[in-house]
Amino acid sequence: MSHHIVEVRDLAYAYSDGTEALKGVSFRIGHGEAVALVGANGAGKSTLLMHLNGYLPTARGEVRIGDTTVTRETVALARRAVGMVFQDPDDQLFMPTVAEDVAFGPLNAGLPEDQVERRVASALERVGMAHVRERPPYRLSAGEKRAVAIATVLAMEPDILVMDEPSANLDPRARRRLINLLLSFEHTRIIATHDLDLAVEVCPRVIVLDGGRAVADGPTRELLNDEALMLAHGLERPHILRQM
Amino acid sequence: MGVADWIGLGQMDELGRMDTPMHRIDARAKACVTVAFIVVVMSFPRYEISALVPFLFYPLVLVSLGRIPGRHIVRKIWVASPFALAVGLFNPFFDRQPYGPLGVAGGWVSFASVLLRFLLTVGAALALVACTGMNRLAAGLGRMGVPRVFVVQLLFLYRYLFVVSDEGGKMLRSVEMRSEKGRPLRFRPYGSLLGTLLLRSMDRAERVYRAMVARGFDGEVRELGRPAIRFEDILFVGVWLAFFIIARVWNLADGLGLLLTGIWA
Repeated sequence: MSHHIVEVRDLAYAYSDGTEALKGVSFRIGHGEAVALVGANGAGKSTLLMHLNGYLPTARGEVRIGDTTVTRETVALARRAVGMVFQDPDDQLFMPTVAEDVAFGPLNAGLPEDQVERRVASALERVGMAHVRERPPYRLSAGEKRAVAIATVLAMEPDILVMDEPSANLDPRARRRLINLLLSFEHTRIIATHDLDLAVEVCPRVIVLDGGRAVADGPTRELLNDEALMLAHGLERPHILRQM
Repeated sequence: MGVADWIGLGQMDELGRMDTPMHRIDARAKACVTVAFIVVVMSFPRYEISALVPFLFYPLVLVSLGRIPGRHIVRKIWVASPFALAVGLFNPFFDRQPYGPLGVAGGWVSFASVLLRFLLTVGAALALVACTGMNRLAAGLGRMGVPRVFVVQLLFLYRYLFVVSDEGGKMLRSVEMRSEKGRPLRFRPYGSLLGTLLLRSMDRAERVYRAMVARGFDGEVRELGRPAIRFEDILFVGVWLAFFIIARVWNLADGLGLLLTGIWA
């Protein structure tokens, strides 16, 4: 049974104040695919992401992780399969040291201690942050925080990585490192971002959201190069494609 | 970090991770002794002062053997002191009966007693957190059978202090930047500032919680390396409890005074 597949069918969601954030979104993302989720502010990206690990209950439609529909009963499974990296690393790092923060997920999964330790070491190694393991997270730079936040999720060995604005607040070098890191992953990746250049580099496929609907879904280079489509949905043609 | 830095919240975490004889004592042992300490200190009659003085020994031992910088604890006690002042402030006005050989109004004596108790209990609690670390302390309390709801409350209360002080610091900075000479003296903006601070902190707390849930948080506090109770821990509890009982039954300060002036015999 593979958990690497994400399928969303006719997903709709309205917040309690009546804002309809999603109005029927459908897509299917296969094993190992890297997909960018782009759209203007308020297009519904964050709401969509929060459904993928069952944080928001499905009001209408369906979210499937592998062969399992995400419901109240299967939410633990969805959270194990889907690793979520949040937009602000400060929200994600709350333990006194980096190592304890990375250990938080594996400990909650009830793993034995030696295995937790192994996972912490390998996750930090993977993102090149083994040297900060005993430091308090709030003392790190934005780039280091981002890398550690990714490590906290990697340590849970998810099949699917979901990221919200991973390149926000990063300097060019940290952003470049992040891109290389993202390219090196074999997980199924769903990346919500305004950084369209990053989308072009990392994700062969893009889904464009606008007003709670998926208005386009296809090859990144083709869709993002479509000036009319981009402008119609509050986006623009990424620089990286203009040069070519 | 602004406000958080000022009251040294982050420093508390760092202190909690040090490795000293006091830090190595099991969190459960330290928690037990500190609770017993607070109960005993609070059990003294309202006019008691001299018998309380020997109890300073416990927080002082924690702080010195735990190599906690004293000014760090003092600053935090200072932050909390308005509460103690508010509790004891009216005693001198309502209780004017002369008390003791000097004939001072009883209210002043009980006021001093309240302040001393405050110093002792808050000092001991801060020293406990500084030589244990909040996470280890919470995990220890959980293993002692303290209901999970309380442990998690405690942990979140502590964690969200950072959140609130962080947000507050940012807002104060933006106020300062848009005022001509430092902070505006008018009172009104601070009302809406406080409201905004509450809302922003709630949003932030929600996001932190969401991130915890995403990593499988189910309300139980887990930690790496669960140490077993050692002989030193039992000794620590035994010696301190014995000291508290002795100091509660006999007035050690008076005893020492008598001994020194040679009247004891």
